[in-house]
Amino acid sequence: MDLFVSMFAATIIAATPLIFAALGELVVEKSGVLNLGIEGMMLAGAAFGVWAHFAGLPMIVALAAAILAGAAASLLFGVLALTFMTNQYAAGLALAIFGTGVSAFIGRGFGSTPVEAIKPMNLPWLSDIPIIGEMFFRYDPLVYFAFVMFGVVSWFLYRTKSGLALRAIGESPDSAHAIGFEVIRIRYLAVMFGGAMAGLGGAYLSLVYTPLWVENMTAGRGWIALALVVFSAWRPMRVILGAWLFGGMTILQLQGQAIGLSVPSEFLSALPYLATIAVLVLISRNRQAMTLDFPVSLGKPFRPKG
Amino acid sequence: MLFKIEARAEPSREMAIAAPLIATGLTVVLSSLFFLSLGYNPAMTLYTFFIEPLTTMNGISEWLLKASPLILIACGLSVGFRANVWNIGAEGQLIMGAIAATGVGLFAPWQESPLLLPSMVVAGVLAGGAWAAIPAFLKDRMNTNEILVTLMLTYVAALILSYLVHGPWRDPDGFNFPQTALLPYNGMFEVFDYSYRLNTSIFFTIAVVVITWLFTERSFMGYKMSVGGVAPAAARFAGFNASTSVWIGLLASGAAAGLAGVMEATGPLGQLSPQISPGYGFAAIIVAFIGRLHAFGIVLGGLLLSLLYLGGEAVQMSLGLPSSIALIFQGLLLFFLLASNFLVNFRIRRTDVRTR
Repeated sequence: MDLFVSMFAATIIAATPLIFAALGELVVEKSGVLNLGIEGMMLAGAAFGVWAHFAGLPMIVALAAAILAGAAASLLFGVLALTFMTNQYAAGLALAIFGTGVSAFIGRGFGSTPVEAIKPMNLPWLSDIPIIGEMFFRYDPLVYFAFVMFGVVSWFLYRTKSGLALRAIGESPDSAHAIGFEVIRIRYLAVMFGGAMAGLGGAYLSLVYTPLWVENMTAGRGWIALALVVFSAWRPMRVILGAWLFGGMTILQLQGQAIGLSVPSEFLSALPYLATIAVLVLISRNRQAMTLDFPVSLGKPFRPKG
Repeated sequence: MLFKIEARAEPSREMAIAAPLIATGLTVVLSSLFFLSLGYNPAMTLYTFFIEPLTTMNGISEWLLKASPLILIACGLSVGFRANVWNIGAEGQLIMGAIAATGVGLFAPWQESPLLLPSMVVAGVLAGGAWAAIPAFLKDRMNTNEILVTLMLTYVAALILSYLVHGPWRDPDGFNFPQTALLPYNGMFEVFDYSYRLNTSIFFTIAVVVITWLFTERSFMGYKMSVGGVAPAAARFAGFNASTSVWIGLLASGAAAGLAGVMEATGPLGQLSPQISPGYGFAAIIVAFIGRLHAFGIVLGGLLLSLLYLGGEAVQMSLGLPSSIALIFQGLLLFFLLASNFLVNFRIRRTDVRTR
């Protein structure tokens, strides 16, 4: 029972950076833009967060710095993809490479210096309930914030006029433009939201989860977040389910190494990546489910006519 | 006075040549500002970065040695990219090629045979191709996104490499370093001159450039694949098969990356270690775009990126700047290149407000 409870809690924590990054990318893709550079934006967030922390700034400011870094990085992509109408695949890859380089440069002085991580909350009474307390009420504030953001994104996309506009732009930018929506401006905002969320996800890794700066510390989580959006079939609820699935896979793998399974550790480490592929295959086979909520204009540059 | 963006009737040939030059120029300008902000003399640093590496014979040998795998991989990638098949896991296919070649080189029973090196090359090409066949199969049969699968398999390949060099393939006389024993002499490409590392494997790259040019510019299959990339609907109406594009795009790039892996293991390194590739598989994506997915353009792109690697090492050694600078420049170069490509398809005209 104790093992189950601790693995449950560890899964929720491991899923948190993925939830941030994938929810952000979901909004970007819903507007019809494909930003492959999540890995770069997460790394930028992780590095700038650590940089601000070691500059002696309070934690909340360090998080804000990470969010800004992610948004600024996404703006580089936005200018290319939206203003210059370049191939979005190439622009996203450029961002992934650039973000990796910039983060390594920013973080070069901070390697392996432990960060004073954001503490788990201790709620009076609630946190002390046996089992339930540990499973639900002893996380750091960002874990809860991830769920708040899930609510905000779902509400925004499906319950607000702006969300409807954003989805309409993702379906058919030409018709949305014809009835007066500013396609490019709304897509810019979506891209920057995606960048901010990726930056926050990266900061969660460097300021809470690990918590220290290591070069390339995202270890493919930016790409897994991208896979999660495909897995979710562009629905917010399934982003969360997917993130738990991969969080759980990471924790199982670590647990396997901890109890000393007689399998080389590299094989266990490969599990989350292989699981990503397996899940993608299962989900993609069903073409109908994939196309239901798929933003039709995804990845296609838009140029207003007239 | 206003500016107006107009689509060109057809892509500008002059701009197609000017765009990479503009992008390189902007990268140089921005990197000088960057060096200046770090407190280095930009002229000195730029000299160290871009000119000094090419002033010695050894520098030129290293330049070509690094350009060769970049050009080779980018040629393979361009075949797929033209058809909208996005293999971004060339790094993993390179690793698998290096593993297969080293495996044959170290453990094949025909150690003394002159056929050792050819069999290593074949093994590496097949391994790279096989690693890319997985995403090709999943894309073709299961409709699975090839970007994500190729990338995930890169992490898996890196873990397999790590397992082998830390475990069963570790050199017993290697002082516990994670690396294999050195390959036998007849399992390595011959160098042109014993003072330098440039070796005969560069002929493979030259051959692949020519083959890529023939395939993409002169063959009907290459034409069909390009149509499928630019106008998928038109390609369908014409009866061109999309799944053939997927298979050819991925197998060609996988095989090329596998061969690059063989060249690294059997050339400058002579063994397998976790540092088999300094990110060639990812940098080759940039090379393919700098070359505008054209074989001869890729040669120039490869030479440019190789210089970025050399320059990065040079400023690291002589000025103590971190190696991540090379990555930053790679990203910048690609950003500027994509932005200046805009000028190929669009023109910016000044329009006088009063005349409207």
